[in-house]
Amino acid sequence: MSLPVAVLGRNRAFVGSGLGVPMTAEPKGDDGSRRDFLYIATGAFSTVGAAVATWPFIDQMNPAADVLAVASLEVDISDIQPGHALTVKWRGKPVFIRRRTPDEIQAARAVNLGDLRDPQRDEDRAQKPEWLIVVGICTHLGCIPLGVKDSDPKGDFGGYFCPCHGSHYDSSARVRKGPAPRNLEVPGYEFLSPTLVKIG
Amino acid sequence: MAGHDDEHLLHNEIKLLGVLGWVEYRLPIFNWINNAVGTNYPTPKNVNYFWNFGSLAGIALVIQILTGIVLAAHYVPTADGAFASVERIMRDVNYGWLFRYAHANGASLFFAVVYIHLFRNLYYGSYKYPRELLWWLGLIMLILMITTAFMGYVLPWGQMSYWGATVITNLFGAMPIIGDELLLWLWGGFTVGEVLLRGFYSLHYLLAFVIAGLAIVHIWALHQHRSNNPLGIDIKGPQDILPFHPYFTVKDLFGFGIYLIVFALLVFYAPNMLGEPDNYIPADPLQTPAHIVPEWYLLPFYAILRAVPDKLGGVIALALALLVLFAVPWLDTSKVRSARFRPIYKQLFWIFLADVLILGWVGGSPPEGMFITIGQLATVYYFVHFLVLLPIVGKLESPTPLPDSIATAVLEENKRKKARKLPQVGVAPSASHGASSGGGH
Repeated sequence: MSLPVAVLGRNRAFVGSGLGVPMTAEPKGDDGSRRDFLYIATGAFSTVGAAVATWPFIDQMNPAADVLAVASLEVDISDIQPGHALTVKWRGKPVFIRRRTPDEIQAARAVNLGDLRDPQRDEDRAQKPEWLIVVGICTHLGCIPLGVKDSDPKGDFGGYFCPCHGSHYDSSARVRKGPAPRNLEVPGYEFLSPTLVKIG
Repeated sequence: MAGHDDEHLLHNEIKLLGVLGWVEYRLPIFNWINNAVGTNYPTPKNVNYFWNFGSLAGIALVIQILTGIVLAAHYVPTADGAFASVERIMRDVNYGWLFRYAHANGASLFFAVVYIHLFRNLYYGSYKYPRELLWWLGLIMLILMITTAFMGYVLPWGQMSYWGATVITNLFGAMPIIGDELLLWLWGGFTVGEVLLRGFYSLHYLLAFVIAGLAIVHIWALHQHRSNNPLGIDIKGPQDILPFHPYFTVKDLFGFGIYLIVFALLVFYAPNMLGEPDNYIPADPLQTPAHIVPEWYLLPFYAILRAVPDKLGGVIALALALLVLFAVPWLDTSKVRSARFRPIYKQLFWIFLADVLILGWVGGSPPEGMFITIGQLATVYYFVHFLVLLPIVGKLESPTPLPDSIATAVLEENKRKKARKLPQVGVAPSASHGASSGGGH
């Protein structure tokens, strides 16, 4: 604020000659505070206005209504045999749906939580013990782990193996070895019927 | 005003210390800005509100580029996807409706501002020596704007988009001998289609930045001989000018505030007022809308195109309507710039403005009955104004006396204003009151 006032002051001579009005004194008292008020009010109004106008530019990059509308996916799981898995695409990401064998469930539940990097009970990761549903994105740097296909390597712990940097996940898709910091994420899902699951 | 006297107009160079001084020593950007739009750029002290429209045009362009960048990020330039993607922008993308309405109405207001800017030049003779090149740069930008706006209008791929593109590209088919080959080349096929759509999308984006670049050259040329003013006389000394900052930065900002109010009223309360409802119907290559009209800002040119009952002739008339403007600095033979001192030209100016408005009205009406005759008469007058009246009136007219300088004219006007005011107020204002009310002039 001091700059424009200073500039006005410096060029007062022009104002005087230009408008034919003698300006002999620096604006003081009522006049000065009135000008200050106008400066502050204009500045504050413009700042708030600019900030408000910025919001649409930011928000337009957030997911649009049509993107959010297709954010859930229903999957028929009746064809998956025990010991096999299926990959579906949900919100543009792979989701692994595995029908586990009793041995795999047994192995997942027998693990001592103290041995885990990201301790979680298998009971908390699978609503029904037979079905393990996880987002198939390695928590290290976002590659897709192997282990869905029968021919895939499943890692040292019989779950998933990420070929990018060698993270091993167990039969509950918990990280056991390698650089990944967390277990594979379990998405929100619910069983609409014994053979139909809704993800998201 | 010759360049050598300019150094004495202002002495407001910026001296910087510290980090800013370090930068300034290597890249004198702060003084460059200060010399361009700061305390060291001398502006005629008498410029009126019509001198706001240059900066307004710049702001309008910035708004178009900012909203356009967002729209481009959500738009799909394919024949199958374009219309749906625009509807998606309107319905699903967060604030997408705001960006599209701001972009479409922003284009309209951009043209409104530029047309006022152009007619300001015609009234005050700003195109005359030594500002002919400045005028040309403005006209080139206008032609680029028309091109860009037309291409942008095609992008939503509605009925008006599609048939507008068909009609306008067919103009090139009027070219003798090579017309048909030219159309094949332009369309990249046998009709308006996706190839053309993608090309328009690419050019629409590019041309906005070409206009922005030319705007900088335009300002460069402006600053060589400074702004014209309502008196049309040159700056003669420091008493004629005020520094651009703060006097005209504040005035421009005030104008911008008014502009934003109009803009907001359009975008929020009448976003489709200036558009054609038919463009909300997806493009159909098998059916032409009953009434094809361009956006309002192209209607006068459209009327000139239709006034000539010959395919090639219409196209030539349309092109000449724009090209004749380039010759105006030489067609206008008067040495006096401002219409204020030209009693006859002043009247011709208003008649010409009315003529252009009539052309706009005819351009928006169906090409039948009396509209054909009115359109043809108005088209003839358009060219008569420039090619006959302008050269003759400049020679025959005797201008009223010009003031000695901007400063003396301003002082006299102030005296007249005061003389008018005093008897009504009844009390002579004290010195301090005079100072504060003086700011209101």
